[in-house]
Amino acid sequence: MATQQTTTLGRILSAPSIILLFLWMIVPLAMTIWFSLLRYNLLDPGQESFIGLLNYRYFLTDPAFFTALANTLILVGAVLVITVVGGVLLALLMDQPILGRGIVRLMVIAPFFVMPTVSALVWKNLLMHPVSGLFAWIATLIGVQPIDWFTNVPLFSIILIVAWQWLPFATLILLTALQSMDEEQKEAAEMDGTPALSFFIYMTLPHLARAITVVILIETIFLLSVFAEIFVTTGGGPGLQTTNIAFLVYAQALLQYDVGGASAGGIVAVILANIVAIFLVRLIGKNLDA
Amino acid sequence: MARRITTTRRITVTAGGWLAGFIIFFPILWMVLTSFKTELDAFSTPPQFLFFHWTTENYAIVQHRSDYIHHAMNSIILAVGSTVLGLAVGIPAAWAMAFAPTKRTRSTLLWMLSTKMMPPVGVLVPIYLIFRDTGLLDTHGGLIFVEFMANLPIIVWMLYTYFKEIPKDILEAARMDGATVGKELVYVLTPMAIPGIASTVLLNIILAWNEAFWTLNLTTVKAAPLTVFIASYSSPEGLFWAKLSAASTLAIAPIMVLGWFSQKQLVRGLTFGAVK
Repeated sequence: MATQQTTTLGRILSAPSIILLFLWMIVPLAMTIWFSLLRYNLLDPGQESFIGLLNYRYFLTDPAFFTALANTLILVGAVLVITVVGGVLLALLMDQPILGRGIVRLMVIAPFFVMPTVSALVWKNLLMHPVSGLFAWIATLIGVQPIDWFTNVPLFSIILIVAWQWLPFATLILLTALQSMDEEQKEAAEMDGTPALSFFIYMTLPHLARAITVVILIETIFLLSVFAEIFVTTGGGPGLQTTNIAFLVYAQALLQYDVGGASAGGIVAVILANIVAIFLVRLIGKNLDA
Repeated sequence: MARRITTTRRITVTAGGWLAGFIIFFPILWMVLTSFKTELDAFSTPPQFLFFHWTTENYAIVQHRSDYIHHAMNSIILAVGSTVLGLAVGIPAAWAMAFAPTKRTRSTLLWMLSTKMMPPVGVLVPIYLIFRDTGLLDTHGGLIFVEFMANLPIIVWMLYTYFKEIPKDILEAARMDGATVGKELVYVLTPMAIPGIASTVLLNIILAWNEAFWTLNLTTVKAAPLTVFIASYSSPEGLFWAKLSAASTLAIAPIMVLGWFSQKQLVRGLTFGAVK
């Protein structure tokens, strides 16, 4: 239906977006790859030399890399489990005839709009402080010794904060999907006396499968890059206990000025993200044809 | 809703729902309460829930002492600037893809999506060095450009999913009546596209306001938005809980309101149209 004229016009109109995004992606990425092959330290300017894949060898054999990789995977995995399971349960609850459902919904999605630096600091100080925090007070109320969250269980503390931020996202998307379910099906099941649990397993879960996949993939993309929450609470510590790949690369580049090593780490992060991205793009692409 | 809902069930789910909502919302509520306390009350054990000396002095102090206004202005400049640029470049592209699709449109869209999946840390080093060498570190222009690029794929996608829902027959009719492409754009398409554009604007402002990787790494003082301002409270000498809470409340309030208005569109924008 498109005439020659509109096709040409379409090309002109979409050109700026495509060119800008192409440059934004390809120029820094090419530079990162190039830097990753150099011995390049900001404290030692003018001494750059080509060293091939040596940076990768250093980065990939550095015990810090494995710790950071493990932390990244634990963080992503734990947050995914909490938000998906919690999100399904919350979405099911929110789909019920709750009085004042609109207000409850607003309360549930609120954490998603809190900037990462605020949620991290509010949790760290007001809630998780070992002496004056609210959790410490609750612990003494029930007769338990309060723990120093960021010293004793630093990674778990970060996981809690990040999960709190992403739970609303999962809930909102799963609720949207849940509400598109056939109302008549539910009615019929209820009349037949289908037990709620089997209805959930055989009808609801399959219906939610797609939305759950979308939640998992999109969250993974963002969770692989968690940075601000670590930056303002633990600074990657104690030791390397809360250092993920994103934070390790940042520390290497802007704290140790090792451009070459940081670039190699950046490329490793890109490859990790791409593994997930391939699945996500395929899934969304499938939806595009429908 | 022909389903019979028993009173017991209604009461149970209402209680459960409010309890769950309250627990999830609690950290924010606690922060707002703390912002009205004196520093002494903020630290007290056992914690003071409602019966403390209410004061608004923290808000006054935050406004005066720590350049809150300066950082809030930077956040506004960043959010508005990146959104305006995003629309200027994104609307034509989304229009073209929705109304004059070619064989390559689908792969172009997916490629745009894939750029959003590149972890920022993969390009941190070159961007930082380019900014340092061109004097763009800690400038509005530099940061606006980065946020503009970071969110452009979402803008194009979201607009595309909205534009695609505008019936094509209307355009045909306008064309039959002799409307030019320009007229078509102004009189036919724009009015129908406004709701979609408005949602896109909302989402983009929320994302730019809360973005905390590039803002933390590329700014220090001059162009630093609220994300960086709040982060400055993480240093040990900055640990004044009541003031931290007041500053945080001010920082998230505007976005919270916008967010509440745009919940539905959020789902669509953040899932690239995969869940509506």
